[in-house]
Amino acid sequence: MTVIELSPAKLALAGILVLILSGCAYAARLGITRRMLIAATRTVVQLSLIGIVLEALFSTSSLLWISLMAMAMLLIAGREVTARQKRRLTGGWSFAIGTVSMFVSSFTVAVLTLTVVINPDPWFTPQYAIPLLGMLLGNTMTGVAICLDRLHETTWQQRSVIENRLMLGQTWQEAIGQIRREAVRSGMIPTINAMAAAGIVSLPGMMTGQILAGTTPALAVKYQILIMLMITVGTGFGSMLSVLLASRRLFDKRERLRIDRLVLNNSE
Amino acid sequence: MEGFVSNGSLSIRQLEIGFLRDVTVTVPPGEIHCISGKSGSGKSRLLRAVADLEQHNGQISLGNTRQTDLSGPQWRKRVRLIPAQSEWWYDNVLEHFQVEPDPSLLSALELNSDILKQPVSYLSSGEKQRLALIRSLYPQPQALLLDEPTANLDEGSRKSVENWLLNMIRQQHWPVLWVAHDQEQINRVASHHWDLENGCLTLTG
Repeated sequence: MTVIELSPAKLALAGILVLILSGCAYAARLGITRRMLIAATRTVVQLSLIGIVLEALFSTSSLLWISLMAMAMLLIAGREVTARQKRRLTGGWSFAIGTVSMFVSSFTVAVLTLTVVINPDPWFTPQYAIPLLGMLLGNTMTGVAICLDRLHETTWQQRSVIENRLMLGQTWQEAIGQIRREAVRSGMIPTINAMAAAGIVSLPGMMTGQILAGTTPALAVKYQILIMLMITVGTGFGSMLSVLLASRRLFDKRERLRIDRLVLNNSE
Repeated sequence: MEGFVSNGSLSIRQLEIGFLRDVTVTVPPGEIHCISGKSGSGKSRLLRAVADLEQHNGQISLGNTRQTDLSGPQWRKRVRLIPAQSEWWYDNVLEHFQVEPDPSLLSALELNSDILKQPVSYLSSGEKQRLALIRSLYPQPQALLLDEPTANLDEGSRKSVENWLLNMIRQQHWPVLWVAHDQEQINRVASHHWDLENGCLTLTG
């Protein structure tokens, strides 16, 4: 089974449709024409660039280049996690904790899936490694960002509750336990919901892509199941680890709440 | 509460926190040292430092035990700070207590024992404050830091809570730092009275 080639002229047809839509949006004074056109241009440019990078990566198949690519993806995800928090930890702590948690969970799960489950030869074959890591990182990133945001915001709002608990001689784990559990839960719920709805409400994107590319639905479904389970594992452990590390940072050695270590994002 | 415990003095030497300088006080067991001062003078901050809830310099000890000899929670189990406004984090009152408090404690503060089964949202601010005082007796402290303990109470219960506290302090022989601003109350309860002004603590009575 081969995939039908998409020529630039065919893509341009889709582009013309977007132009027509933006014309209508302009006429209807929706005020989003400019933003839509810029976003569409970005899609074309960014995806073309990543296409070039991936083509190069696929042709070399060297572990070094694949690792570099993976590190770049990780650092960008770490930056994104920090940017998505309303309040973040001072210094580089939010970035560091987010990146470490995603590294530990996503990379471990990706390597495990590659070496044990899928087992291509070599195990880092980019055709498998890069999409797998990309999907894991993307989902873990969302989970970690949600739970760190939740942890920091709730801690800020409930700082006098936490301190009242400390006054009664509770340890820092007891004093912030409820908030911590709530934060991890909120980070994991989107993936759990996605698993519950898969196949009924939505046809997951990866599976649909594989089917488009000529894979039989039966095989595509198996890959999708694997991916969804691994995403849940990666997001779950990533959320737990990040909340564990960040909540420890909110207290010092004397187990005092250090609310001064939280700042509004976009300030230091 | 259990029987008589021999507590040590609460001693604060050369404490520095924020703009507070060289705060030095020794409170022997059973004595109440009242601290007053304008709002913003750092009274609550001083108590927070003694409870080790904020970074500070200086030596604080209870009997022969220095603050730094113990972990934060161990120290705060002994030196109990009771804030002006109590916080509640579970739905029901009883969940906040390690052990169910003795009914005599409740009735001494004019509280019905049914109150323990109620949701926190049903409580008045006066009831919360009185329950917070009882909650603060577990685990049993060896010194008390009171931050305007009767400020949220109406005139009637203010006196009875004050008497209850005086009774407990006499019984338990705690050294007590008591932040207050009502001069009459200070006259009634204080063994010594300190005034906090411009970051300095001075003995006035």
